[in-house]
This record gives sequence, structure tokens and C-alpha cells, in this order.
Amino acid sequence: MITYAIVAACFVFCAVYNGMPGGSSLIKGLFVPICAYVIMAVSLNLTVGILGELSLGHAGFMCLGAFVGSTFSILTQESLTSVWIRFPLAILIGGLVAGAAGVLIGIPVLRLRGDYLAIVTLAFGEIIKSLVNNIYLVKDVNGLHMALSVEAYNNMELDPLTSEELINGAMGITSAPRDSNYIVGFILIFITLIVILNLVNSRAGRAIMAIRDNRIAAESIGINITKYKLIAFTVSAMFAGMAGVLYGHNLSSLVAVKFDYNLSILVLVFVVLGGIGSMRGSIIAAVILTALPELLRGSFSDYRMLIYAILLIVMMLVNNNETMKMYTERFKGYLHLDGRAKASKTSKASAKEQEVS
Amino acid sequence: MNFLSYLISGISLGSVYALIALGYTMVYGIAKMLNFAHGDVIMIGGFVIFTAVSSMHTSAGVAIVCAIIVCTVLGVSIEKIAYKPLRNAPPLAVLITAIGVSYFLQNVALLIFGSASRNFPDILQLPDWHVADGLTVTGEAILTIAATIVIMIALTTFINHTRIGAAMQAVSEDRGAAQLMGVNVNSTISVTFAIGSALAAVASLLLCSSYPLIGPYTGAMPGIKAFVAAVFGGIGSIPGAMLGGILLGVIENLSKAYISSTLSDAIVFGVLIVVLLVKPTGLLGKAMREKV
Repeated sequence: MITYAIVAACFVFCAVYNGMPGGSSLIKGLFVPICAYVIMAVSLNLTVGILGELSLGHAGFMCLGAFVGSTFSILTQESLTSVWIRFPLAILIGGLVAGAAGVLIGIPVLRLRGDYLAIVTLAFGEIIKSLVNNIYLVKDVNGLHMALSVEAYNNMELDPLTSEELINGAMGITSAPRDSNYIVGFILIFITLIVILNLVNSRAGRAIMAIRDNRIAAESIGINITKYKLIAFTVSAMFAGMAGVLYGHNLSSLVAVKFDYNLSILVLVFVVLGGIGSMRGSIIAAVILTALPELLRGSFSDYRMLIYAILLIVMMLVNNNETMKMYTERFKGYLHLDGRAKASKTSKASAKEQEVS
Repeated sequence: MNFLSYLISGISLGSVYALIALGYTMVYGIAKMLNFAHGDVIMIGGFVIFTAVSSMHTSAGVAIVCAIIVCTVLGVSIEKIAYKPLRNAPPLAVLITAIGVSYFLQNVALLIFGSASRNFPDILQLPDWHVADGLTVTGEAILTIAATIVIMIALTTFINHTRIGAAMQAVSEDRGAAQLMGVNVNSTISVTFAIGSALAAVASLLLCSSYPLIGPYTGAMPGIKAFVAAVFGGIGSIPGAMLGGILLGVIENLSKAYISSTLSDAIVFGVLIVVLLVKPTGLLGKAMREKV
């Protein structure tokens, strides 16, 4: 509930800011990327926090969604003139394609565990980026032509009068209509939250968390590991694809090399700093970590990534080292944050009663 | 003839991957963690040699020794600061910390040296060997292959015939039992990281001699590919790392030559995925039996 309230408050803020006459265009330009990153972070948290598997190739799903969605938008630019029909359809199609990729990738990959899974997802992210970087898609009067390399591209027989490049290899898509706005972004965030939070609190979600906590015990009670892992992974991939469509329609030129390993790590930083498993935390972390560097442009901008890296290391050390955990528990106890004062009073009272009787 | 020359440069590239993969596989076998920062230690080693030769005008030998010392110290300090406190933490946490360290090193290099790639000076200056008409083997390739073979033999002898090597094998099999037997686990793991990082320094020299560009992100891709090679050959196994590295280098070079130079990365990773699906523990890896 609080999560929804936070998102609603942000929406009100964005609407008001957009309506204000003197607002800075820098901040207005941030709304859509922040929405996209929030959806990415929440979807990655489903895989990392709820399923417990590290996926380092999430940017690949975003890339797929962005390119498929933008291609669809360009192709239907004349036929579906209304943005309010075309853009949601693009988002839907991008999400479905990314989800299908998630199933295809997930079936072989989810057999592996831990470190192997991380490396294979990293490999898939790089493969997707590499493949998309090499696609040439041209539309002319005869239909669509696709090529996977420069030589094949030069060999394509195109009608020179009507040919129009959609995806130009490494140069990506340059003619996508810029349909994104923050209203669609926030609607998408709401849909993502509704789906994912309900998934987490459902029977399937509990099965997924059981797999995370103790795979062997979960298997022994009869939970179908592959099915639930696939559910989590596919939902995660689908929303990453939708976030990609949102992100892609905001840029004038969309290139595949943007969706590389570094983007996956950036989203992972959002998830880790917000709290692994906490959706609210990843939303807040995504907003703060995207907005803050833009607002603090100046002397800090060079050190931004360095500070992220140090923060990441420190967060992991603080959360997982036994000595640090002991100190934080003791600290919380001094501040009576663990409710110990109340509990001791009631137990003392009941102990006295028992003595008397 | 062309095929032979591609093959030989593939073997040379593969030897560099094998050297880096040795570091990954030793750390994984003994400390049971993936050291994502290894590739960036290589980059730091390369930068040390670059600075020593370009700015301080030292000779090649001094530069190499400096790089080995810096990399070893760096590797051991990373272990003490970032990995040792997390020894009993869940593997996900250690993985994320390793990624954090890797990012940290990349950004430190970015801040100090800027993002542009610099030209690595040709400090080895080895002559090429004209074997036959049209087949020329570069001196760097020969040195790389020879150095890797020597290091492999030295490492295998070290592991099998010294006390520290026996300690490393014991810690990798069962850390608790090794501690009960009197093995100093902390110093064994530190020695592992030290050896791995020293090998990384040598690998950086050989890598930068063959592909003379150095920048903050030079270590990332070879690091990932070498990790792929280590997994390919069976992580935890030293001959596996060697085999995986060379095979990977050959596959990458041949696919760059015959299929497509831009798709070669995708093909290399695709091969990894296929191998992991068919034999999940890698080519020479041992199947780990899970006790419930």
C-alpha cells in the first residue's frame, strides 16, 4: 500500500511540475528515464531478490524490447496515427517478445545455479547486444528485408526509390517516433507493481521464495522448480522489455551498444542499494540514483560511478558481515527499535504473577 | 596457409586467456568465489607498465617487476578488504561485492588516466619468424605460448610438490577439515590471490604486447572471456583452465576470420552456453555432489 502511495505521490509531483511554467527542462527530461529505470529495477528485483538468482544480462531484454517496440512504431506510423493506440501496443509487443526471449533463454539456463547462472546470463546479454548490433532492416516497396552482416546488406536487392532503413546495424534506429511521456510511464509502473507485488504475495510467489531459501527442501515437498523459476524469470524479462520500449521511444537515436553489461550492473546497483527483495526500496533507489547525479552535476559528476562502486561494496559488507550485523543489532537495541522494552515488561509481569501463584 | 596463421594467433590469444583463467580457477577452487575484479587487476598491471615505461622511462624488466609487485599487492589487499569479511556470506553477496570491486577499479583508472585508450609501447621488440612463404609468426605469439607453457609446468609442480601447494589443495577440498589439520586457511587464500594476481600481471604484459591498446575498460572483456574459458574447461581445474583458454582463443580467432568479426563475441558466448548445457561442469571439471 505504501509503495503505491509513494508512486502516486511522485505522479502528482510530475504532473504539477510539468504544468508549471518555469520548470527546468533537465528535470522534465528525466521523468521518462526514471520511470524506465524503476520498472527495470523492480523487474530485476524479482529475479535477484525473490528468486535469489543473479542475472547479469537484464540489459539484453531491455535491448530486445526497445528495438522490437521501436520497429513496430515505425512500421505502423502511418496506419495507427493515434499515439495512445500505437504506443501501448508497442509496449505490449516489446514486452511479449522479451518475455518469449526470457522463456527461450530460461529453459536451458535455469538449470544452472549461482555463479554459472550469472555468467550465462551475462553471456546471453552480450549475445543479444552483439546480434542486435548486427541487424540491418530495410523496408521498401517489396516488403521488409533483413540482413545480419554488412556483406549481406550490400547484397540486398532494394528498390532504390522506396527503400527506407529501419535498423542500420551499429547505428541502430534513428527514425523512431518519440512517443514516451511520463503518463504512460507511470501507468506502466502501476501495472508492474500490481503484477509483481501480487505475484510475490501469491502461492506462486511463496513457491518462488521457497526455492530461493532452500531449493532441495522445496523440491522435496513437490514444488516444480523449473516451472516456478521460469515464471519468475519470464515475468522479469517481460517487464524489462516493456521498460526498454519506454526508454527507447524517448531517444532520438537508439543503438544497441547502450544496452551493455554496464547497464545491467547499474540496475543491479539500484536493486542492491534499495534492498534485495524490497520493491519499495528498488523504486526509491532507482529514483534517487538517477536523479541525484543529474541534479548534482558539477564537481561530483566525475566521481559518481566511483561513489556507486564504493557504496555497493560497503552495502554488501555491512549487510553480510557477521561482526557488522552484530553491531547493527546492538545499535538497534540501544535505540529500542526492536521492541525489547515492551516485551521485557510483559514478561516480567507474567513472571511475577507466576511467582505469586 | 592463412588457416595456420589464424590458428597460431588463436593459440597465442588463447594462451593469454589461459593465464587469466588460471587466476579465476585457482581462486574459485580454493576460496569458492568468482573474482570478477581479476580482469581489472590485469588492466591495472597494464597501466603500471605503461606509466613506468612512458612517463618514468624505466627499462622493460623493471616495469614488468613493478607490475607484478603492484598487482600482487592489489590482489591481496582486495581479498583482505572486500572478500575476507564475507567468507561465510551467501554466494550472491560475494558475487555482488566482486562486481563492486571491479567497477571500483575501472572507475579509479578512468579518473586517473581518462577514458581514451592509449597506445601501449612496444617494449619487448621481438623479431618475427618467417616460417614459410606467407606464414609469419610474430615474436609476441611465440613468447606468449612459451611463457604460458612454462608457467603451467611451474604451477603444476608448485601445487603438487610443495607444502603450500598441498595446503591449497586441502583448503579447496574441505576448508574446515584443513583448518583442523593445522593449515592456516587465511594465509593460504592470500597466497592463492597473490599467485593469481602475479599471473595477471604477466598476462597483461603479453596481452598488451599483442594488442597494443590500453584503457580503463581493456581488462573487462578479456576478463569475461577468460572466465568463460575457465568455466568451459571446468572451473577449479588447472589443466581445464589451460585447455579452455586455448580452445576459446582458437574459436574466437577462427570465427573472426571466417564467419564475422562483429559476431565473434556472440559465437564465443554461444559455445560456452552449449558446453554448459551438455556438460554443466565444463570439459575437465569434476561433478560436485551435493550433500543434503
